[in-house]
Amino acid sequence: MSQLEYIIQQIINAVSLGSLYALVAVGLSIVFGVLKLTNFAHGDVMMVGAFTTVLLIGIGMPFAPAMLCGILASAVAGFLIERIAYRPIRNAPDVTRLLTSLAVTYILENLGILLFTSSPRNFPLPDILNTSWQLSGGAITFTNINVLTVALTFVSLIGLGWFITRTTIGLGMRAAAEDMQAAQLVGLNVNKVIIIAFIVASAYAGLAGVLWAAQAGVVQPQMGFTPLLKAFVAAIIGGFGSISGALLGGYMLGALEIFIVAFMPDVVVPYRDAIVFALLIAFLLFRPGGLMQPNREIKL
Amino acid sequence: MKADLRIPLAVAAALILAAVVAFGAPHVVGDYFVRILLLIALNSILVLSLSLSNGFTGVFSLGHVGFIGAGAYAAGILSLTVQQKKALLPHLPDLLNWFSLPFLPATLAAGLFAAILAVIVGYPLMRLSGYFVSVATMGFLIIVNVVLINASDFTRGARTFTGVPLATSLPWVLGWLAVTLLVLSRLVYSPFGRRMKAVRDDTIAASAVGISVLRARLVAFVIGAFFAGVGGSLYAHYLGSFSPNTFYFAMTMNLIAMLVLGGMGSLSGAIIGVICVSILSEVLRSVERGFTIGDITVPALFGASQIVLGFLFILIMIFRPKGIMGDRELTFGLSGRSANHNQKEGKDR
Repeated sequence: MSQLEYIIQQIINAVSLGSLYALVAVGLSIVFGVLKLTNFAHGDVMMVGAFTTVLLIGIGMPFAPAMLCGILASAVAGFLIERIAYRPIRNAPDVTRLLTSLAVTYILENLGILLFTSSPRNFPLPDILNTSWQLSGGAITFTNINVLTVALTFVSLIGLGWFITRTTIGLGMRAAAEDMQAAQLVGLNVNKVIIIAFIVASAYAGLAGVLWAAQAGVVQPQMGFTPLLKAFVAAIIGGFGSISGALLGGYMLGALEIFIVAFMPDVVVPYRDAIVFALLIAFLLFRPGGLMQPNREIKL
Repeated sequence: MKADLRIPLAVAAALILAAVVAFGAPHVVGDYFVRILLLIALNSILVLSLSLSNGFTGVFSLGHVGFIGAGAYAAGILSLTVQQKKALLPHLPDLLNWFSLPFLPATLAAGLFAAILAVIVGYPLMRLSGYFVSVATMGFLIIVNVVLINASDFTRGARTFTGVPLATSLPWVLGWLAVTLLVLSRLVYSPFGRRMKAVRDDTIAASAVGISVLRARLVAFVIGAFFAGVGGSLYAHYLGSFSPNTFYFAMTMNLIAMLVLGGMGSLSGAIIGVICVSILSEVLRSVERGFTIGDITVPALFGASQIVLGFLFILIMIFRPKGIMGDRELTFGLSGRSANHNQKEGKDR
C-alpha cells in the first residue's frame, strides 16, 4: 500500500467521522444559539431516533421509512422535552438550565435501560448499505453507509441553510439568536421560534443517531453520550451557537481524531480523547468564541 | 463576643454526638444501617467539598469527581502493601514501590495530591464563568478518566484496582466529616467567605470593589479539591476495589443531585440533601427489585429509581430552584449563626 493511498483512506475516514460530528454539533448549536442552553439531552434524543429505527426495522419496515420515523420520533421527543422540562425554567440562571438538561439526560438514559436493558443490540443494516467499495486493489475501502452519511449530511445542511435564510421562521430563529429581547419587541412569537428550533435540532439529532448507530452496528441506551461530548468540542471549536461554525468544527474534529490515530506514535493514540478535551479547554480559555466568532467575550 | 463562645460549643456538641453515633451505632442497629450511615457521612464529605466551588462561589464545576478519583487512586497506590504492589503494579516507579503508608497519612497525601492538581487546573480554568466553566471542568473529568484508563503502570488501566485495605470505618468517616464541616464553616462564614459569595452573586460588582475574583474562586476550588481527595481516599478504603469508571459521570450526577436538592448555599443543606437522596434511593431500590402485594406481583424495574430521582430533580429546578435549605443554615439554636447574623457580626472584625 502506497503512502498516498493510505492518506486518501484517512481523508475518507475523516470526512465520514466529521460528517457525524457536524450533524450532532449543528443540532447543539441551533439550541444554544436560540436559547443559550447547553443541551446535554441532545445525545439521548439521538438514542431515541436510533432505537425507533431499529425497532421498526425489527418488525419488518424497510430501512428508509424506518429512518424517517426515527427522525420523527426524535423530533417529537425534542418537542416534549422543551415543553415539559425546559420551558418552565427558560429564564432561570445558566446553571439551573444546565442541571435540568442533565436531569433530562438521566431520565432518558434510564428509561432506555428500563425498556431495552443496557446491553447493546444489533443494528440491522440492509445489505445494500453494507456493500463496500474497493479502490486501487483494496488499498482504499469504504462502504455505502459512509457514502450515505456524507450525502445526507450535505443535503440536510443545505436544507437547513435554505430554511434559516429564506423562510420567515428561520429568519426569526436567527433574530432570536442575535437578541432575544429585541426580537420579542418587534413582535416575534418567541415560543413558536423556540419550539421550532428544538424540533429542527432534535430531527438532526435523530438523523445523526441513526447514522451513528448504523456505522457502529449497535444501539444501546448510553450510545448518545460519546457523540454528545465530541459534538460539544466541535461546536465550541467552531463557535458555539454558530451553525457554520459547528459544521467547520465537526469536520476539523473528525480530521484531528483520524490524524491522531493514523499518524501519531502508538503511545499517544490511547490518549486521543484527552488531547481532544485539552483542545476544548484551550479554546474556551484563549478563543472562547471559537473560529467563527473571534471577538466574543465570555471571561469573568 | 457571645457568638464566638457558641461556635466551639456547637462543634463540641456535634463531635460528642458524632462519637456516640460512631461507636454506639454498631451495637444498636444492624450492619445494613451502619453501612447506610457510613455512606451518608462519606457522601456528605464529598457533597460539602463540592458545595464550596459550586454552591458558595458560583463556579459550577462538573469535574469535581475527577479530584475524587485522583484522590482514590493516589491513596490506593500509597496504601497497598509492598508485596501487593509487586504483584498488582509491577511497573510502578521505584520511588513509590518500596513503602506502604497507613490509612491517615495516605488520606492526607491523597487530599494534597488533589489540591495540587486543583491549583494547576484551576489557575487557568477559574477565569471562565457560567456554562463555559462547567464544560471546561467536564473536559477535565474526561481527561482524568482517559489518563486513569491508560496510565496502567500506576492504575492497572481499565481493570479493577484492588487490594486496598478496608480501613474506612464509621468513626473515621464521622471524624473526617467533623473536620470538613469545621474547616468549611470557618471558611464560608468568614470575611473571605463573604468575598466568595460576592463573586457568586455579582462578579462584576465584586471585582469593582477590589475583590480578586480569580483568587476567591481558586481558593474555593483548591480547598474543595483537598476534601474531595480525602473523600476519594475514604471511598477507596471503603470499597477496596474500584475502576476508573467508578469515578465518572454517574457519580457526578449523584453528587450534584444531592447538592442541588439540599440547597447550594448551605452547609447543613448539603448534608440534608445527602440524607434525603440516600434514603430515597434506598427505598426506591428496594421497590425496584420487584415485590408482591397479595396476588399482584410487581416485576423488577431496573433503572426506575433513577427515573424517579430525575423527575424529582426537574421538579425542584422548576418549583424550588434553591433546594430545601437555600442559603439558610440549620443551627439547632446553638450557635445563632444564621447568614444574616453573621453579616452583622462581620463588620466588627
